[in-house]
Amino acid sequence: MADILAAGLMALGAVFFIAGSVGLLRFPDVYCRLHALTKADGLGLALIALGVALRADSFGEVFRILLIWFFVAVASATGGHLIAAHARRSDREAGEGEAGNV
Amino acid sequence: MSDPLAIFDLLLAVAIVALALATLSVRDLFAAIVLFVVFGLLSALAWVRLSAPDVALAEAAIGTGVTGALLLKTLHHLRHVTGTPERAAMRGMTPGAPVPMPVIWANAAFCGLIALGLAVAFLGAPAAGPGFDALVAEAMPRSGVEHPVTAVLLNFRAYDTLMEVVVLLAAVIAVWQIERGLSEAPAPVLGEVFEGFARLTLPAIVVLGTYLLWKGAEAPGGAFQGGAVLAAVGLLLLLARLYVPQPSHRPLARWAFVLGTGAFAAVALLVTGGGRVAFEYPAEHAKTLILLIEGVVTISIAVTLAALFHGREPVAMAPGEAPAASRSGEARDAG
Repeated sequence: MADILAAGLMALGAVFFIAGSVGLLRFPDVYCRLHALTKADGLGLALIALGVALRADSFGEVFRILLIWFFVAVASATGGHLIAAHARRSDREAGEGEAGNV
Repeated sequence: MSDPLAIFDLLLAVAIVALALATLSVRDLFAAIVLFVVFGLLSALAWVRLSAPDVALAEAAIGTGVTGALLLKTLHHLRHVTGTPERAAMRGMTPGAPVPMPVIWANAAFCGLIALGLAVAFLGAPAAGPGFDALVAEAMPRSGVEHPVTAVLLNFRAYDTLMEVVVLLAAVIAVWQIERGLSEAPAPVLGEVFEGFARLTLPAIVVLGTYLLWKGAEAPGGAFQGGAVLAAVGLLLLLARLYVPQPSHRPLARWAFVLGTGAFAAVALLVTGGGRVAFEYPAEHAKTLILLIEGVVTISIAVTLAALFHGREPVAMAPGEAPAASRSGEARDAG
């Protein structure tokens, strides 16, 4: 039963990853792409981590999976913020003449 | 196709080769670095699939993490000196001369030669030889540690490992000499979010790096992996400006650079005598000596890699020059 639930969660997580990748490829500018990547992948990772945690043998393993999820989520959110801030600064520098061109 | 992971392995192999080709063929240097980092991560995954977690850890931490950071830093520096091609054109500068064809061909020939050598070595090796497994297993009780890879690296072929540490020392000496006269590229201001991220993750990275070092005696891990992870502490400190290298810190840095090589070589020589040769640790002290070497080598690796990332030697500058240059910084690295 737990295995089926775990598989379902991981499959759902994979769907979110695919959605994020499609967004990365299809969305028009850097902000939309970041939005797709950070949101979808964050949720996808959480679901996959949950699925893997269900199949873990010990509490120690669950705790380590939780730590991995936490640090990847924090790092990806920070990375997203840095890329967005950089893109905004580049836009301003490029001037209003070429607004929106990243 | 009895192995359910065979398809995964096949996809992984194809993806690694495709990424290698893309890294070499893409024109934009930034894109090339990003592709190289992805290539490194997938290579680490491939090492995991080949049941070589030690190599996977090293590939992920050094080959991908630290090397990627060094490449990005170099690109940032290059763009500061020459500007991007568009910026250079705007300033009326002629873009840098293209690489001469003979150089390209010489490079290609050199790479081909290495590939040929690897192919000969691979095809010439016995298909299913006994390897050194039995020899290592037999000598394990006398090695002082429980993990075979650590036993090989720090005991059975410690001389090779010492030379690897010397390579890092030579690299940092060269970088400090070469970049002596160069002005610093203005570093990007990363802001409060990054600083918070650095403060949050720093303690965890310190714990992880130390854990990798300690765990190396009985499980995958060790000085190089631990040192590379601890070097990330230095990178975060430098990037978040929580630490700014000062000229007065140079003696300490120099000591940290040579500490690993010096202590390693000293131990190797001090155990000689009484019928033993260099690197032949007395069995009863082997574990202590190996841990001592790994500890100091880890410190040296971490400091050296962080110094390589920072690049130039922190020499004294004319008053008022340094802070102004770094504060007016605009980020051009992620072009």
